[in-house]
Amino acid sequence: MNDSLIYLAWTVTKILAIVIPVTISVAMFVYAERKVIGFMHSRMGPNRVGPLGLFQTFADVFKLIMKEVILPTSANRFLFILAPLITLAPALAAWAVIPFSAKMVLTNINAGLLYVLAMTSLGVYGIIIAGWASNSKYAFLGAMRSAAQIVSYEIAMGFALVGVLIAAGSLNLVEIVEAQQGGVWNWFFLPLLPLFVIYFISGVAETNRAPFDVAEGESEIVAGFHVEYSGAPFAVFFLAEYANMILIAALSTTLFAGGWLSPFPALIPDHSLWFFLKTFFFCFLYLWFRSTFPRYRYDQIMRLGWKVFIPITIVWILVVALMVVQQWLWWAP
Amino acid sequence: MNSVANYFRSLALLELLKGMALTLRYMFAPKVTIRYPEEKTPKSNRFRGLHALRRYPNGEERCIACKLCEAVCPALAITIDSEQRDDGSRRTTRYDIDLFKCIYCGFCEESCPVDSIVETHIHEFHFENRGENVVSKQQLLAIGDRFEQDLAAARRQDAAYR
Repeated sequence: MNDSLIYLAWTVTKILAIVIPVTISVAMFVYAERKVIGFMHSRMGPNRVGPLGLFQTFADVFKLIMKEVILPTSANRFLFILAPLITLAPALAAWAVIPFSAKMVLTNINAGLLYVLAMTSLGVYGIIIAGWASNSKYAFLGAMRSAAQIVSYEIAMGFALVGVLIAAGSLNLVEIVEAQQGGVWNWFFLPLLPLFVIYFISGVAETNRAPFDVAEGESEIVAGFHVEYSGAPFAVFFLAEYANMILIAALSTTLFAGGWLSPFPALIPDHSLWFFLKTFFFCFLYLWFRSTFPRYRYDQIMRLGWKVFIPITIVWILVVALMVVQQWLWWAP
Repeated sequence: MNSVANYFRSLALLELLKGMALTLRYMFAPKVTIRYPEEKTPKSNRFRGLHALRRYPNGEERCIACKLCEAVCPALAITIDSEQRDDGSRRTTRYDIDLFKCIYCGFCEESCPVDSIVETHIHEFHFENRGENVVSKQQLLAIGDRFEQDLAAARRQDAAYR
């Protein structure tokens, strides 16, 4: 009895040790987004609240929490409140298997990659439920778009992960990172370059971020699936979206950029700082994309997903399989 | 053959990388934003802000109640009453400007034969109660007294063009 209590407390501590830093980094990420995009527009970005505007996000969060939660009269109350939670839960749950370093991982399960794939695609349920429960046309249109988009890109993303699976010979995320040992030359982003690019672009599409943010599409359908949301539930959607973005960045780091491995192991030792640095870079890419590219047209998104990404991933899976079986290049004995 | 080459060129995402290079360059470019309350853009000496009534250096008010400004005002913002003073000169007893009506066109300033009614560089002002939008002669003279140096300097600079 006592043992199981200690075990429970220890697990909760470990979960909090991940969830709280993720939440804080979401706040910092929102600030970074506004600042980076501002800089790329030749603007200053937020610089009023606290030093350099660092507390801007916290001010926004407190404002959102103080605000009234408006329930539309025709909405389904239960689902309306449930939807943001359904979006948030998988976004945080997927962090359980991310290895920050060889020892720093909450649950080192064998089917880690599969678990991650399952969790990242569960988030779409929250979006669909939100769009449906709002009982509003714009919300419903946004939810439909989001569902179609995530289902399409899920396939390309899955194929990209199959490539990683073949290259590493394991579904365990720690083993996948360890299969990339030996410096920057051995990280999977080189032998799997097309898969890496497709994985990251699909990740951007999967999190409904610019240039694939038609599910929100301010200029067409107001705010998409969360038009009817206000106050704290809206903040939860926001939190989930950004947590998902950081998650995709962390996954790209783990699967393709060698996780905690140092790029030059002879000169600099491996450290979890490398993981954070690489994740930071991928997060920056998100913002960079947003400030550079205009929004895709909806049929173009579908064309890109089905007619470009899926064929390329299938071809490259064959190439990777050949390289592994024939022991060419990176797999030379 | 050309279309095949184009296909592979588009796969290399060259155009997207070019766009990203541009935005990255702008990220490090100097920012043009003026941080308003701390920094302000320079103002022309012809800037038309809040009004003021000026005095001569001996303390006599310049306004001779000719009512040209009242006549020229396109928004009918100026109201003037006048009477003969004991020394025989004509002076205003009332000089009100309704700042809600005023469109800050500067015609009153241009029409004034004695440079009495002028517009200062003050543009950050507000009213807290109903009725405060109508500024009286006393208030206008007070503003003029307070900013006489600046007003005279601005008029001196602009004199060659008037």
